[in-house]
Amino acid sequence: MSAALEKPARFALGPDDKPIVIASAFIILLLVIGTAYTLVTAGTMTLLSPNYLLQQLQIGAFLGIVAAGMMLVILIGHIDLSVAWTLAASAMMATTVGGPWAIPTGLAVGLAVGLVNGLGVAYLRVPSMIFTLAVNAVMRGLMVAHTGGFAPQTAATDLMRFLAAGRVGGIPMAIFVWVGVSIVIAVVLKRTVFGRTIYAIGNREAAAYLAGMRTRGVIVAAFAACGMLAGLAGVLLAGYSTKAYQGMGDAYVLPAIAAVVIGGANILGGSGRYAGTVVGVVLIVLLNSVLSIMQMPEAGRQIIYGAVIITMLLAYRSGRVHQG
Amino acid sequence: MIDRDARPLLELSQTSKRYGGVRALEGVDFACSAGSIHAILGENGAGKSTLIKIVSGVVQPDSGSMRLDGQDVRFSNPAAANAAGVVCVFQELSLMPDLSVADNISIAGPPTRMGLIDARAQRRRAEELLASIGCEDVNPLLRVRDLPLSRRQMVEIAKALGKRPRLLILDEATSALTNADVTVIYEVLKRLREDGLSILYISHRMHEIEALADRASVFRNGRHIETFPMGARSHGEIVELMIGREISAQYPTRVTRPRPAPLLEVRKLSWENRLRDVDLSLGMGEIVGLGGLDGQGQKELLLALFGVLKGVSGDMLIDGKPALPSSPVDAKGPGRRIALIPEDRKTEGLMLPMSIAENLCSASLDALSSGPFIDPGKQDVAVAEAIRQLQIKIGSPADPVATLSGGNQQKVVIAKWLMTKPRIILLNDPTRGIDVGTKQEIYGLLRVLADAGAAILFYSTDYDELIGCCDRVAVMYDGAIRVELEGDAITEQALIASALNIDTASTPALEHAS
Amino acid sequence: MSRPTADWLIRLRQNTGLASAIALFLAFYLFYNIFHPKGFSTPVLVQNADEAIALAMVAMAQTIPVLMGGLDLSVGAVMTMVNCLASHLVIGSPLQIAFGIVTCIAAGAAFGFANGCIVVYGRIQPIITTLATGAIAIGIALFLRPKPGGKVDEDLSWALTNSLSDFAETYGLFDGGKAAWFQPIAWIPAALVLLVLVILLIWVPFRRTVIGRTIYAVGSAEGAAFMSGLPVDRAKIAAFTLSGVFAALGGLFLAIQTSSGNADLPQASAYTLNSIAAVVLGGTSLLGGSGSAVGSVFGALILRVISFNFRIFDIPPLMQSLVEGLILLAAVSLGGLRVLQVKNRLELFR
Repeated sequence: MSAALEKPARFALGPDDKPIVIASAFIILLLVIGTAYTLVTAGTMTLLSPNYLLQQLQIGAFLGIVAAGMMLVILIGHIDLSVAWTLAASAMMATTVGGPWAIPTGLAVGLAVGLVNGLGVAYLRVPSMIFTLAVNAVMRGLMVAHTGGFAPQTAATDLMRFLAAGRVGGIPMAIFVWVGVSIVIAVVLKRTVFGRTIYAIGNREAAAYLAGMRTRGVIVAAFAACGMLAGLAGVLLAGYSTKAYQGMGDAYVLPAIAAVVIGGANILGGSGRYAGTVVGVVLIVLLNSVLSIMQMPEAGRQIIYGAVIITMLLAYRSGRVHQG
Repeated sequence: MIDRDARPLLELSQTSKRYGGVRALEGVDFACSAGSIHAILGENGAGKSTLIKIVSGVVQPDSGSMRLDGQDVRFSNPAAANAAGVVCVFQELSLMPDLSVADNISIAGPPTRMGLIDARAQRRRAEELLASIGCEDVNPLLRVRDLPLSRRQMVEIAKALGKRPRLLILDEATSALTNADVTVIYEVLKRLREDGLSILYISHRMHEIEALADRASVFRNGRHIETFPMGARSHGEIVELMIGREISAQYPTRVTRPRPAPLLEVRKLSWENRLRDVDLSLGMGEIVGLGGLDGQGQKELLLALFGVLKGVSGDMLIDGKPALPSSPVDAKGPGRRIALIPEDRKTEGLMLPMSIAENLCSASLDALSSGPFIDPGKQDVAVAEAIRQLQIKIGSPADPVATLSGGNQQKVVIAKWLMTKPRIILLNDPTRGIDVGTKQEIYGLLRVLADAGAAILFYSTDYDELIGCCDRVAVMYDGAIRVELEGDAITEQALIASALNIDTASTPALEHAS
Repeated sequence: MSRPTADWLIRLRQNTGLASAIALFLAFYLFYNIFHPKGFSTPVLVQNADEAIALAMVAMAQTIPVLMGGLDLSVGAVMTMVNCLASHLVIGSPLQIAFGIVTCIAAGAAFGFANGCIVVYGRIQPIITTLATGAIAIGIALFLRPKPGGKVDEDLSWALTNSLSDFAETYGLFDGGKAAWFQPIAWIPAALVLLVLVILLIWVPFRRTVIGRTIYAVGSAEGAAFMSGLPVDRAKIAAFTLSGVFAALGGLFLAIQTSSGNADLPQASAYTLNSIAAVVLGGTSLLGGSGSAVGSVFGALILRVISFNFRIFDIPPLMQSLVEGLILLAAVSLGGLRVLQVKNRLELFR
């Protein structure tokens, strides 16, 4: 979590830092409001108890892993709407296969779907929006064919359960997995040729191509990674709920996109830091938990959720206008 | 030629315009009158385009005033200019490709019935306008996307005529037209002149200007040099006015040396119908220029050699071995080591929001990394070295490259490719829109690179550059190399003559000038 | 260019997307009717029309932002919101019903207008704007209808979800639907007539306004549109507003059809995603500039008729997503094959 709460070293903020700072400030504001509420109504500070926070982060881990993959795709200027059923398919195939091969199977399913997406987008140059939408529909159909439309009876393996719901030293394993994924993605984006190429493609694909970068390969790889991370999230989520179920990924697509954008990434690609996405995920998860502590009805939650996204983005914008 | 009244329709006084550090127009006084066709002459970069952009409201001048029919005017956008009767047919097409021809022609003020666009009236209007320029064969229902370039240009002209202009500007508007079209357009323009329109005509084709214009104005280096009635000056004098007398000493001295053995050989290279049997060779240490008018296949040749084009036929040899690359990755690879400085640095050369360092390293990441990881140490060293070598003026390498001036941005593009240690360097008009100081540095650098053994192929729209920098110049016309000039034979006259596809020997004016 | 290419041929070539969508729909629908035990009958047609109209409206709603080069992820949510609103308002005296309908449409328009303003003045990408406002619309829907329920005027519901003869009978028109001249058209589903009216009275005229054309121009070449002095900002706002109106009509019909309101989040997202698929199947380019709302209507009909076919062959309805997905993949991949003909690879990036 250190990455998420990283403090800017200097006062001079880069354009990429501003959203992270604003979003972090909002997270603190959420904690204050939530705590004030519990103090007044119940006289407790539920929100600040380490156990509660860890539990929230454990739930956030699933979204965080999906968002990490989504970010790679958004950075190259595309989008992946297939993560919902990629996630579900990985979970279902993992529980179906079971045993030691459960997790590799889940990851392989995600990887395969991602490869198909990447090939369609990079080689046929079909807009990713529609290609991944179609792939999502296909995966959903395949899974319904596989399960007959019911929740599969097969159960998650012990290892899946341990990774998703187990604790080591009081800290949920899912958080370790998320941190591991985060470190890998952050290093890849910041330190590798692959990461550099991702940003270059998102900024100006023609210039990246003419610089002799392997643009097509990188597009395919970004989608493949996104698919595999969705698969990982599926495996974990199946472990958390002890089995896979229909539509288990539906609640992750739009929040993942929202988290990436709240973290300051440009939806058209090319800019955004990974730390921002982590902050975005934490913000969304915490917003949800504060609202549920307040027993806010679903109606109010949705409205606040939408209003927060718009407000945050307008705040980033106005900041940019002032900068010139 | 009817000189209806002495008062000019359009008058500009003391008009200046700068782009960043580059002076595009400097204290220009200019006037043109109704009922005349007025040619504007000048080399590339003489300020012609800036002049018409100001007149048609695309850009605003930094200083100076403009009067139309005696009234002071200032156009904040092209629509305002159109409303005042000033209409420009631009070189870059302003048509919307997915809309039909009829839609495009009436885009600004379509005929309406009860508030709705009257498709029939609009179609009739399009048909009439198209018929008036001999384009009955274009069905107004067709989408502009589906028309060949020459028809699109005619639609563009019809669109302009539909706005009922008082002042019509044609900027290289005939460059893609067929001969039959050009003949029709001449008749139309002459008729419009009879109707009292003022027509500004910009073209590189001297015979067109001689056939059409009443008056001509010559521009050079952003200044208005002279205006004279057509026929008052000989062909040779006009060329001389365009070139100017000043001899530029800004180029490194050229040493005549024996022609080296070829490093790169191109044989019968063809692509679509844009490149036709191009033969060319390039030796180590040689700077070879590509000349000719814009759009004669120079860009395509460079792209073909860099592996961007598909379906190229013919041979390309490096060190005598077949080496036609299939992609830029291939082209910059160890066997070939080719670099391409692309045409448009903003869309093809740079990732503008990314940092200077990231842009500099973008072509040589493989050399700067160990395994998949970029080595920050190696990167810093290489970046510092590149910035030093090209004397790029920057705040910090971490700043976005967009914060640099045009000249320094172009240096970044060049430096990025030098970091790959290329043997063959292809340059596509690398000094366009760049200040004189940076230009000179680039010229010097090219010579240093050539002396160090690189082979350089250099396309430029600036004849001075070709003369000053190159050991040889291949002049292209219609996708083929028409003439190869070498050493002292590279003169402005020879370049212009072969670019215009005029035979030097039979043009008395050019003999006179030389 | 050989001289006289007939106008109809040009129009056909320019509308191959629309033409193939119509052909595909007709083929599927013919197949369906042949194998349906009661095929080619009015009850079947009426039922099909009722199930297809809401998606057709939402697909039209999606088309307009797409033509502009954007995307609207809130169409399903706005539809749901208006569906819930209608379950409160469209009941009572004829005047109250009329007021309810007008309010519902106005609510959709206002929501679309807000989307447009955020996009134009807030300079936030349409996809993100509508992602967020979609959540707000669902929130409002849940607020209006925390649990499924409500009521819609029974006469209206009956009249609009059955054939024209039932419509006439309900409201005592044309001698209670018995007039002789009326008989040849009495079998047509009222919902279908409603859809055609919406196309003819809203979409067709809109396309011929300057704003409508500007939407196409912006999608085709925004820079050229601006340089030509077209009202770009106004067109963007109008596009989202009209999108809201169509989504509202979809929600209104859904309320009339189900006679209730239901703030169903999965249903809303399904409608949004299906609307994008319908737009693409109908031949509208996701890059903007070409296509039409009529194509999207047929795209929506294709999606629906696939599920009808699944029903008669007793295949689990959820499986249809596989077929829908494969058809969509085939359609877009076929378009993608054009890429192979591009000779200058730089053109791929434009």
